Amino acid sequence: MSNITDLKLVELVDKIKKKELSSAEVTIAFINRSQKSKKLNAYIYENYENAIKKAKIFDQKPDFKKKLPGIPIAVKDLFCTKNIKTTAGSKILENFIPTYESTVTQNILDEGGIIIGKLNCDEFAMGSSNETSYFGNVQNPVSENLVPGGSSGGSSSALAAKLTPATIGTDTGGSIRQPASFTGTVGLKPTYGSCSRYGIVAFASSLDQAGPMTHDVKDCSLMFQIMSSYDTKDSTSVEFKRENYLNNLNENIKGKKIGIPKEYRVDGMPKEIDELWEKGIKIIKENGGQIVEISLPNTNYALPTYYIVAPAEASSNLARYDGVKYGFRSKGENLIDMYEKTRSEGFGDEVKRRIMIGTYVLSSGYYDAYYLKAQKVRRLIKNDFDEAYKKVDAILTPSTPSSAFKIGEKLNDPVSMYLNDIFTVPINLAGLPAISIPAGHDKKGYPLGLQVIGKAFDEQSILNIAFALEKNISFKNNITDWWIK
Amino acid sequence: MSKNNGEYLITRNDNKYEVIIGLEVHAQVLSESKLFSASSTKFGSEPNTQVSLVDAAFPGMLPVINEHCIKQAIKTGIGLKAKINKRSIFDRKNYFYADLPQGYQISQYKNPIIGEGSITLDMPNGEKNIRIERLHLEQDAGKSIHDIDPQNTLVDLNRSGVALMEIVSKPDLRSLDEVNAYIKKLRSIMRYLGTCDGNMQEGSLRADVNVSVRKKGDKKLGTRCEIKNVNSIKFMQMAIDFEANRQVDVIEEGGSIDQETRLFDTKKNETRSMRSKEDAHDYRYFPDPDLLPLELNDNYIDKIKKDIPELPDEKKKRFIEKFKLSPYEANILVSDIEISKYFEDVSKNSDVKLATNWITGELFALLNEQNIEITESPISSKNLSKLINLIKDGTISGKIAKSVFEIMRDGDKDPITIVEEKGLKQQSDPKELENIINKVISENPENVEAYKSGKDRLFGFFVGQVMKNSGGKANPKLVNEILKKKLN
Amino acid sequence: MTIDLKTVKHISKLSRISIDDNKAKKLGKDLNSIFSFIEKLNELDTKNTEPLSSIAETTLKLRKDEIKSENIREDILKNSPDKNKDFFVVPKVVE
Ligand SMILES: [Mg+2]
Ligand SMILES: [Zn+2]
Repeated sequence: MSNITDLKLVELVDKIKKKELSSAEVTIAFINRSQKSKKLNAYIYENYENAIKKAKIFDQKPDFKKKLPGIPIAVKDLFCTKNIKTTAGSKILENFIPTYESTVTQNILDEGGIIIGKLNCDEFAMGSSNETSYFGNVQNPVSENLVPGGSSGGSSSALAAKLTPATIGTDTGGSIRQPASFTGTVGLKPTYGSCSRYGIVAFASSLDQAGPMTHDVKDCSLMFQIMSSYDTKDSTSVEFKRENYLNNLNENIKGKKIGIPKEYRVDGMPKEIDELWEKGIKIIKENGGQIVEISLPNTNYALPTYYIVAPAEASSNLARYDGVKYGFRSKGENLIDMYEKTRSEGFGDEVKRRIMIGTYVLSSGYYDAYYLKAQKVRRLIKNDFDEAYKKVDAILTPSTPSSAFKIGEKLNDPVSMYLNDIFTVPINLAGLPAISIPAGHDKKGYPLGLQVIGKAFDEQSILNIAFALEKNISFKNNITDWWIK
Repeated sequence: MSKNNGEYLITRNDNKYEVIIGLEVHAQVLSESKLFSASSTKFGSEPNTQVSLVDAAFPGMLPVINEHCIKQAIKTGIGLKAKINKRSIFDRKNYFYADLPQGYQISQYKNPIIGEGSITLDMPNGEKNIRIERLHLEQDAGKSIHDIDPQNTLVDLNRSGVALMEIVSKPDLRSLDEVNAYIKKLRSIMRYLGTCDGNMQEGSLRADVNVSVRKKGDKKLGTRCEIKNVNSIKFMQMAIDFEANRQVDVIEEGGSIDQETRLFDTKKNETRSMRSKEDAHDYRYFPDPDLLPLELNDNYIDKIKKDIPELPDEKKKRFIEKFKLSPYEANILVSDIEISKYFEDVSKNSDVKLATNWITGELFALLNEQNIEITESPISSKNLSKLINLIKDGTISGKIAKSVFEIMRDGDKDPITIVEEKGLKQQSDPKELENIINKVISENPENVEAYKSGKDRLFGFFVGQVMKNSGGKANPKLVNEILKKKLN
Repeated sequence: MTIDLKTVKHISKLSRISIDDNKAKKLGKDLNSIFSFIEKLNELDTKNTEPLSSIAETTLKLRKDEIKSENIREDILKNSPDKNKDFFVVPKVVE
């Protein structure tokens, strides 16, 4: 039999249900590999002992009706987990232990999942390379000193390195899809309102959405089905009938109209990405799909809009980290002094930078020029998609404008770092679902992804299209376990 | 300061200044649970025992709005004859404070749930209309306690997240009396509606007071100062009086008023500046992305309208028309919902005129003396109406009724029982009365003589003697009739 | 448009994040480069565009007026960096 950690999620579920594997065997296998992989720095908190205990309890009285029967899973440290330290990658939450469970992780627990640890991420999910984490850089298993993307960088690294059979991330401007693309894995950002935000440390409330990260589209469908639920504790949660995405998964895309937005052909984009895109277009055509040229005219304004809206919301969402109720506190002469020192020492540079941007764009005299303007442009961007979807069923684009870069390479140039999210950000602004799947490698051998964007709540269609692409591409991640040897 | 024709003016060096007042009242919504969380709003509990994860702003916690609070705001809006906005938006007001766990207050800024309305005040020289600018829903903050621990400030979040209605008036108030009348009327309307208990001791009603002054006759408003969080009518009046005089002094000395937020020090009876100018607030309002706009339809609003009870203005009108009360009497009886309920209970079963007199007279004196509310009255409406009926049907005289009332106040005794036990029934048997009268006449021959020779005033003497002989129980009307017959 | 040192300091004050002069200069530089990239939005005419603040395709959900949270004081105070058994504790507030 092949190595347990080489198995996909759906395969593991199957083997446990057939009693070919026990939960404890599986859990221990992933923990053992995780322990050998400390060099990747993917974990912030290891919940190993507890997880093994839970696995053994599961094995004593297994419930095979569950969708994740005794499956170990590591999650991004942005999800609050009851009695398990939750830091959001920040010093300011260094010792925070929630007394409550996020809805998404609760859904996973309810289906029999076992949490083996909390995965590294950019501080408060603000970053595209996992370099802003208070707990240090994360290595991309693809190659040494390569970023795993961000903000769900611990998640993408742990998944690609097979430290967890699947994982969950959050995506505010590309934080699931870009790291998936950088590590040769699958990442889905669901429609806004599909997965509850309750118990997820907030970055930008109108953009944040949790989603699965997996080895393939099948696993992704299973995970999404488990994560998505209507939740009365989140006022922006949407009530609609959740499909059985896995059972409905279907590679037949005959007659599907797939839009190709001309604005996504940006200057200076590497040739390999263009070729990858062409490859995707070719596969769609060969499988009976119809390619339609479309225009999303305001694409170029998405990133500036995002860098107003997201920091504005973040500046307010992060006001609660003031050293009073939980987390880090610095000594101060008086209340204001305590606030200023706590927040200055507790937050890292990128977080402070974004709080400042957000504070500025909301401040008196600038609100109309920046924040209100951005909200209006956000409307235009959404309108672009609404128009496009009158003609097409889904849209195909590259996931990122480049492959993974070296650690430190973009650290001193925030704007070039922000440009990483150029293809992913418009989707968050419009609240739409999008999936990134691995589609090839650049000449350095680094993975590259393609993104399929869907209509609101039509995750099934993009899963199906991604499924068809995946079959025809047969991508193989060449990861050598360099960090273990 | 001079007060003529109800005008409130401040005079300095021959200059007369008019005082312009606007109020931002914070009224706590009557509800079981908080505006955006399911913890209790009960007053006076142990610190931090009514705090949910949402109220304490734990990471990942989200607001979900209480529908009852929305209905309460709409009801109040209807009571203020105000425009109900079909679409309103919840905004975040951002500032840091120890008792503000989120680092922002969820409030309504550009699009409040209730728009313009008005309140009618009954002033001695007639009715006056005060325009309402808006009413919006917002969260209350927690409580910072500075006087328990000398080194630190302690924070209790029990109040954090409780629903408030902020009711903003236009700067239409011109005197301390109007401020008093405004608060009382607003409180009365909300108590009729059951939307706020109006309990000022428990902080259910607080106000930010905006004060400016201008030379009498000027059209332009002066620069205003806002006095924060004053929690009684008396303190509001003291604060306004101090602040208005302070502003006049500044202007008279050639200075100008800075728009600022001030604090009323109840011990020193003065207002003082709260924050230095460089630290001026910039609240960075923006729509709360955790919430969606609140959309209301006509159907929803109409259903609430059907539940609106008769309000003080209508009730007053009805009392005047139906019961022929004077506007003054009607005003007193409708001023508080509990008083009006008591009055209607009493007058339902007994004479309205007598009910009015007894409630506004004896009963109010009693409540005043014991410093209690009408809901705590030692005499129930049922027994008061019985007492009135005893007077009305001649069983006892008004005078006897007063002594019965004295007995009733201990333990709400039934007046019929008292009258029977104490034998206080009025003597209305003409035979018995004649006997007494005959006796009085025969014992006072000189006075009879004098009366007959024209000393009419002696009639009172005979009445008095008869009453005395009957132990006060003789029916005065009958005594009069019989005496007249006998003496003439 | 340029953001000067004074503005950076003012924003840091509003954000309750203390910042020394060196950091403020560096931050000023970063903010200027970010804002010059944001200025691109001025190319667009949005006079007749309605702002979009929430993307959720639903209406505001309303909760029943029921008490569901009990006394969880211990949980609430557990993570606090300085507390006694009843209260959150902060340095003395100076008005
Ligand atoms: Mg105010
Ligand atoms: Zn207010």
